[in-house]
Amino acid sequence: MKNKAKLLAAPYSVWAIAFILIPLAMIFYYGLTDRSGAFTFENIISITTAEHSKALILSLFLSLISTVICLLLGYPLAMVLTKIGRNSHSLIVFIFILPMWMNFLLRTLAWQTLLEKTGVINNILNILGLPSLNIINTSYAIVLGMVYNFLPFMVLPLYNSLTKIDTNVINAAHDLGANDVTTFIKITLPLSVPGIISGVTMVFIPALTTFVISNLLGGSKILLIGNVIEQQFTQASNWNLGSGLSIVLMLFIVVNMIITAVFDKDGEGTML
Amino acid sequence: MSKHLIDLEHITKSFGSNVVLDDLNLYIRENEFLTLLGPSGCGKTTTLRLIGGFETPDKGRILFDGIDITNIPPHKRQLNTVFQKYALFTHMNIEDNIAFGLKIKGKTDKYIKDKIEYALKLVNLSGYGKRMPDSLSGGQQQRIAIARAIVNEPKVLLLDEPLGALDLKLRQDMQYELIRMKKELGITFIYVTHDQEEALTMSDTIVVMNQGYIQQIGTPEDIYNEPENAFVADFIGDSNIIDATMIHDKLVSFLGARFDCVDVGFGENKPVDVVLRPEDIILCKPEEGTITGEVTHLIFKGVHYEMEVMTEGYEMLVHSTTMSPVGTKVGIKVDPFNIQIMHKPESEDEEAVGVEE
Repeated sequence: MKNKAKLLAAPYSVWAIAFILIPLAMIFYYGLTDRSGAFTFENIISITTAEHSKALILSLFLSLISTVICLLLGYPLAMVLTKIGRNSHSLIVFIFILPMWMNFLLRTLAWQTLLEKTGVINNILNILGLPSLNIINTSYAIVLGMVYNFLPFMVLPLYNSLTKIDTNVINAAHDLGANDVTTFIKITLPLSVPGIISGVTMVFIPALTTFVISNLLGGSKILLIGNVIEQQFTQASNWNLGSGLSIVLMLFIVVNMIITAVFDKDGEGTML
Repeated sequence: MSKHLIDLEHITKSFGSNVVLDDLNLYIRENEFLTLLGPSGCGKTTTLRLIGGFETPDKGRILFDGIDITNIPPHKRQLNTVFQKYALFTHMNIEDNIAFGLKIKGKTDKYIKDKIEYALKLVNLSGYGKRMPDSLSGGQQQRIAIARAIVNEPKVLLLDEPLGALDLKLRQDMQYELIRMKKELGITFIYVTHDQEEALTMSDTIVVMNQGYIQQIGTPEDIYNEPENAFVADFIGDSNIIDATMIHDKLVSFLGARFDCVDVGFGENKPVDVVLRPEDIILCKPEEGTITGEVTHLIFKGVHYEMEVMTEGYEMLVHSTTMSPVGTKVGIKVDPFNIQIMHKPESEDEEAVGVEE
């Protein structure tokens, strides 16, 4: 029985070694060596240069803002989805996740078309005699793109953890004299912490590492850490520096995952 | 008799097209242990939730101490609920769970501390204050749920099948615990269950419900000994319900024989239902019985033997401490006061319905 299970896992083991472990080892190899192959911390330390640290701080800042906006938008939405009758919720959830099935790149490109100086939104604003919206190629557009793309990843873990709260627990709080606000603060919010943590992780990490959204909606003017790394690989052909910066970024991801593991022991928030 | 504490007047409640309660009228007296008993879907839980304020009736009103509370939200009602499956706050320890209601009411720390201590002692869980709900057994969690409710000094405690999730032995222990707590607290308990034994053990008053209607209200003795219709007779304990004809007062005919009974006022030559409790049927030698039959099944149940006796095409359930092997010809007799006569149901609605559980 056990051997059979091992046999079934074999294709995945090959996959994991070929496409996860080996690349990871290579990143560490390149990240900790220079072009001649000699060991160095140079690539990692280069995060402290003005250009790189500015990109990292901007990335952290924009992902943080996007995550907060996703949380503020996503929590009420998840609550509404939870409250809507158990019968109709499948349709609502379906409508909500429908856009997720479309290609991520395509959706971001669509925003580019919408936001362009002579794009759909500005055309409509002009017709209505309103001032144009000039946010394309700014940080605002990047945040918009992040929120739009990653909001479902916030809502679904939240929805999951909210539906797991027994309605009688909420009733019990009312029964013991708590009004809606108190019940929310003392019962609903603390009980949904696993969902919040998962949602935050699932928005923050992809937002932190993205380079597509910043490329398409930020023009080439705004560099996030993801863009810097991408450029090292594709333009500067400096795999060592790119890998070194990747290691730094990984550090943030690992810290984030540790926090998640501590707060969401049952992994309930991540079960989509 | 003590005064009415809660009055339900002409309550109608439906969910969608499903009418759960239809013109229900019920009063609950102060300091009473009242049980709403019935199969699932009979409306008993809905009735409790209406009293608790978690549902509002479509029609009718609810009075509490003479004041209309129909539209008062739950957090403003002077009653507390013990929910099915406990509904403890799993992110708080036991103390914080119990203190929840008191903190909202702004009681002093000293008062809250004393109350927690008192409540834990009442439910026999002193010293458990710092534990988390998950680390307690089902029975302990249920007692914490009771403690959390009663520290608020409600006038009425609502209990929604609180023992449903516990195993048999624990359930029986908790029944005695609840009776003790009820006596100690001196408040009204409204208890919902589908377990007839639980209802008989604990209640002052039992309200038997089926399909949104009250079938009978009475003391456990009334309900058991004098069921008003076939549904109640069938739901409360085992029983034989037999078509019969009331010849005249104190004489009834069924299964091809005439039996003396004690009931009067059913008219002459009227069709009625007769209820015979299995433990009231006396098996004897064929020549001594009013009717005769043959034992077709025999099961040992511990306290007694359960037998089925085929007589005149009717399979009669009999409980007896003495055994008659399958195939034995037996006589059957019944003491007159153990024959319970009931009116035949007048409409389809009142017809006895199969018990779902």
